[in-house]
Order: sequence, then C-alpha cells, then structure tokens
Amino acid sequence: MDNVIKNIIGKDISIGELFEEYRSQIEEHSSEVLNSFRGEAFDTFQETGIPSNKVENYKYTNLQPFFKGDFKFSIAPGKSEQNVEDVFSCDVDTLDTYTLYVVNGWYYPLNDLEGLPAGVRIGSLAQLSKDDPAFFKKYYGKRVPYLSDGIAAMNTMFAQDGFVIHIPKGVVVEKPIQIVNILMSEESLMATQRNLIVMEENSEAKVMVCDHTLSTDKFVMNSVTEGHIARDARLDFYNLQNQHNATTQVAGFYFEQHENSLVSTNNLTLHAGVARNNIELKLAGEHAEGRAYGLYLLDKNQHVDNFSYIDHAVAECFSDELFKGVLDDYSTGAFTGKIMVRPDAQKTNAYQSNNNLLLTNDAKINTKPQLEIYADDVKCSHGATVGQLDEDAMFYLRTRGINKEEATILLMYAFAYEVIEKIKVKPLREQIRGLVEQRFRGELDKCHSCVVCGQKGTEITCL
Amino acid sequence: MLSIKNLHAKIEDKEILRGIDLNVKPGEVHAIMGPNGSGKSTLASVLAGNEMFEVSEGEVLFNDKDILDMAPEDRAREGLFLSFQYPVEIPGVSMVNFLRTSLNELRKYRREKPFSASEFLKIMREKKNLVEIDSNLTNRSVNEGFSGGEKKKNEIFQMAMLEPKLSILDETDSGLDIDALRVVANGVNKLKRPDNATVLITHYQRLLEYIVPDYVHVLYHGRIVKTGGKELAHELEANGYDWIKKEFEDQ
Repeated sequence: MDNVIKNIIGKDISIGELFEEYRSQIEEHSSEVLNSFRGEAFDTFQETGIPSNKVENYKYTNLQPFFKGDFKFSIAPGKSEQNVEDVFSCDVDTLDTYTLYVVNGWYYPLNDLEGLPAGVRIGSLAQLSKDDPAFFKKYYGKRVPYLSDGIAAMNTMFAQDGFVIHIPKGVVVEKPIQIVNILMSEESLMATQRNLIVMEENSEAKVMVCDHTLSTDKFVMNSVTEGHIARDARLDFYNLQNQHNATTQVAGFYFEQHENSLVSTNNLTLHAGVARNNIELKLAGEHAEGRAYGLYLLDKNQHVDNFSYIDHAVAECFSDELFKGVLDDYSTGAFTGKIMVRPDAQKTNAYQSNNNLLLTNDAKINTKPQLEIYADDVKCSHGATVGQLDEDAMFYLRTRGINKEEATILLMYAFAYEVIEKIKVKPLREQIRGLVEQRFRGELDKCHSCVVCGQKGTEITCL
Repeated sequence: MLSIKNLHAKIEDKEILRGIDLNVKPGEVHAIMGPNGSGKSTLASVLAGNEMFEVSEGEVLFNDKDILDMAPEDRAREGLFLSFQYPVEIPGVSMVNFLRTSLNELRKYRREKPFSASEFLKIMREKKNLVEIDSNLTNRSVNEGFSGGEKKKNEIFQMAMLEPKLSILDETDSGLDIDALRVVANGVNKLKRPDNATVLITHYQRLLEYIVPDYVHVLYHGRIVKTGGKELAHELEANGYDWIKKEFEDQ
C-alpha cells in the first residue's frame, strides 16, 4: 500500500493494515449501526486508496503525500481530549450561541448545552448511535459516497465520533449552534470525525463550525458531515476554517434536501495548510433551494481546493454558487463546480460563479466549471474570473490620500465582501467582516485564535 | 501655489505633453480648454501622479515642493485634489469608510488628530448640505450604481470633505444635465477661498458660465498655445478650435 503511517505502535503500517489491526477494538467501542458500514467501506478503500491527482475529482490536489508519514492515529480518545477545560475559556460577547466542542474528532464529554428548545438533540455521535439505533439506521451513511470516494470510505471505516444535531418537526432554533473543532496533540496526529445533521419537516437552524489548531503539531483530519434536510426545513451552515500551515484537512459536506427546503453553506477558509472541501447538495425534492458560498484567503504555501457538486435530481429547483479567493505569495487554489441536471429536472435554475484575485505572479488557481445537463428546459449560468487588483480603483483611492498598502486592503476586502454579505446571521457577519479585515492587515493570529468565540491560543509559532 | 515648467510626459513612447508652462496663484480659477486629444486629461493625470504616464522632462512645484517624485497619496496629502472625468466604481468599499479613511490619512499627514466617528459624521452632514448631495449616496459603495451626475456630485462632495488647496476638475461638466451642472458649479463656488485655487479642464464653455475663470488657457498638441481672460472662452465657443489650430500650424 502506498500510504504508510509510521509511528503508531512504532512500526510502518498502511492505512488498510491499520484498520485491520484495530478493527475489533474500534468495533468493540462503537455502535452496531456504525460498525455495519465498515466492511463495505474497507472494500472500497482497498480499491481506491487515498485519492491521487489521477482521480478526476481530485485532479488539483494529490492527497497521497499528506496521508503518509510520522503520525499517531487517533483510534480512541486520549488524555488530552478529556482534559482540556482550561483551554475552553470561550469568551462570547456579541455572539450568543449554543456552543459545543469536539477535540481531535471526539465529542467533548463536558459540553454544556442548557436551554435547548424541547425535542432538539445535540450530542455525541458515538453515544446517540448507541442510544437510538432506529434513528441512525434511517439516516446514517445514506448520503455519503463511501462506495466510490476513497476519503469518504476511509472516514466511514474509522468513524467513531463527532457531533449529531437533530431538530424535530416544526422547531426553530433561534440561537446559532456553534461547534468548535479543536485539534491539539503532543505529537503529529491523524484523526477522523463524523457528523450527522438531521432536520425534520419545517424546522430551522443555523450551524457554524469553527476549525482550529491549538498546538503546533502536524495534523491530518478526515471529516465528514452528513445532512438530511426534510421538506420545508431551513439550514444555514457556516464553516470557518482557521488552522495552521501544517494541517491537512479533507472535509466532506453531503446534504440531501427535500421539497421546498433551503440550505445555504458558506465555507470560509481564513487560514489552512492544505484544505480540501467536498461540498455536495442534492436537491431531491421540488422547489428545494441550495446555496453554496465560499471564501478562501491564502498566502505562503497554502493550498485550498473547493470541490462543489450540486445535484439537481428533480424539477423546479434552484441553486446558486459563489466562491471567491484571494491568493498571495505562492499559494495555490482550485475550484470545481460540478452541476448535474438530471433528465427529469426541468425548470432548473442553477447559477455558479468563481472569482479569484491573484496578488503575485507565483500564486496559482485552477478553476473548472463542470456542467452536465440532461434536461432541456433549464437556466444555467457559470462564470470564472482570475484577475489582479483593479489599477484604476487603486489610483482613485491613492489620489484621496490613501496609501498603497491601505488601498490594497480596502480593495481586497471589497472583493471578499460579496461572500461576507451572504452571511445572514448579522452578528456573525460582523465578526467575520472584522476578521477578514484583520486577516488582510496581517493582524490576525492566524495560528490559534478562535475568531468567533474569542478563544485565545498560545502564540508559539506561525508555521 | 502651482508652478509647471516645460512639462513633458509620454505614454508608451508616445509623447502627449510637449512642454507645458503654467502658474497658478492662491485664489485663482484657471480654465484649461482644448480640442479632444490635446492632452488635457493627461495633464490632470500626470499632476495627480498616475504612473501610467512617464514624465520625461520638466518640473512641477506645488507649494514650493517638487511633487513629480511623490506618490499620488502624498500629493493628495499636500493638498492636491483631482476630480475624475470617470470616477471609478468600487463595490464593497462603503462611502463612509472610504471618506473617513481618506480624511484621517490627510489629517495624520498634517499631524492632526484623526476624527472620531461622531465628529466625522457631523462634518459629513454639513458638507452634504453644502454640495446638495443625496444623503442616500453616502450609504452606498463608492460610486457603485451612481448615475453620471451623481458620480460628479460625489467628486465635488469629496472635494468639500478633503478641503484641498488646489483642485483639478477634469471634465466635471461632461455628461451633466443643467440641474446637475448647477449643483456642481455651486459646490465649487461655495468652496472657493482666497487661499485655494481651482483648475477647470473642460471642452465646452458651458461650465464657465457658472464658474467664472480668471484665466483661460488653450491646450493644443500638448502645449498651451494661447492664454487669455474669460472672454477667450466665449471666442472659442463662437468660433470653435479651428482658428487656434490654424494659428498653431502657421507658426
């Protein structure tokens, strides 16, 4: 096998062998439902392995080199995952949220979620899948491509914990639900996280997931979030990524939407090492509306690859995509916008746009619209741009006494603004607005601070 | 205040300004007229510091400082203002943020305390009334979706906010209906003081009925070929530029 992990129990071992060796241990601690998927996922993984750039969907990001080397593999929650209260000094001033923590993929046992509306369940995947197997059987793994995608297969093989959000019929959760994902370790770590969001008919929630690294070790995170959005339900989903340069994160978001539902996703990558987002919205009920937005701000040798897939499976659905990136230094990025309009999906409206600002000659972006349209009565549009800062605007600002650096920041911010504007939760929008500006000014402690909750980290090094 | 001597400037080896001489004193209004392509807008751009043009010869002193080596922002901080012929739309940058940044940069340069948010808003309100700008415009992004007239009014509004010593108005009258022209001209007249000066660049005499110049210069082929009082503008209006061209070619 190609991907060999070294330091687990002090020997070289491939990811497949690792699974075989620890399978019984994993299964012993996990629920039956989770275990029932491992066999097929493993068979798939044995065929696919970790995707290289020879796999069409991973053309711009060869993941193989990042999934091998000297890592501890997180098979069970360790000591650090259970003893981190002192780090959780979350100081929420403007943002009133239900906040929960997930550490290295493990649901933090001391999460305190008081005051949730009646019937709403938020908790650990490990626990809930044991407590309510019927619920899990109905939803778990139904939308995740673990039979075709190597990363999803690997995630499903090792999946043990993560968060679950279940909003019952008709319930509106007013306060945003914030998940703070923390990576912290005393050695290089490879971890798995599996999340499930189930929104029943006519329910509503805002979910924001913040990804942070709290120690300077090398991390590889394989995370999958699956969402089932029933008819008339509304989900606002935000993923704010702020991880240090030695982090590789592959995050899959697989949402299925039913009739008249509304899902809006916004992937904001403020800082990352290597990040790959798989964002899939399946519009499976008429009049469903899917919106996928993203903003990536890269410098140094960072690499971010957003792969979106909007599947118009039935008629009369609407989708809108906007991804924007600012790339500095010798950073690289990729965007793929796959839109599938199936034969019966008449009256589809699908819009897609990807705009990039390259600040240097060394920065590079690959952008690829990929439209497959099998119905004839549809409206689809797509556009991609790659450009530099507008010289005319720059001159205009400078003639008003604003220096080049300040003008550059204003213009970069102006470019990013369109995506920030899509954030519907106003205090969150304000926070992110300020944060993006800080990021452009180089004032953001990129490595550690939790930007939304004000979590301060140790300013050891910015790699 | 402004002293231009033998200014030559080119773009991609094409010489556009071929030896401009001009002196502007405080309290004066100068009009620079001329046919299309004579170099009027280039002169404005070069003075403001547009790096697209290369100055190959000559000297420009502004308040006794050589400004040709200064960055555009420093020229602005010294008190030079250019009202653009085509103001640039900058979606995503709010008028308020833009103007406050701009004004405070100028104050910082003069070692003055930056305005607080409330002080700034108060000044903005006063100046808005002065130049009769629609108050909604300042709630929007810089020039975004503004009509031609609104953009020009916005330039004059910025001029009112920044209180420059020397304002160069590049074709501020072009594309304006009579009401907008009146608003723009009134704004300029109200801002006139004994210690500041204005250079109007225009193709037509129309604006000069509202803003009366002390001097009128005719620019042709990159050079000022004729200078006179305000009556020269009337002569140009009546007879066009052909006689100037002819005079020039006869020389």
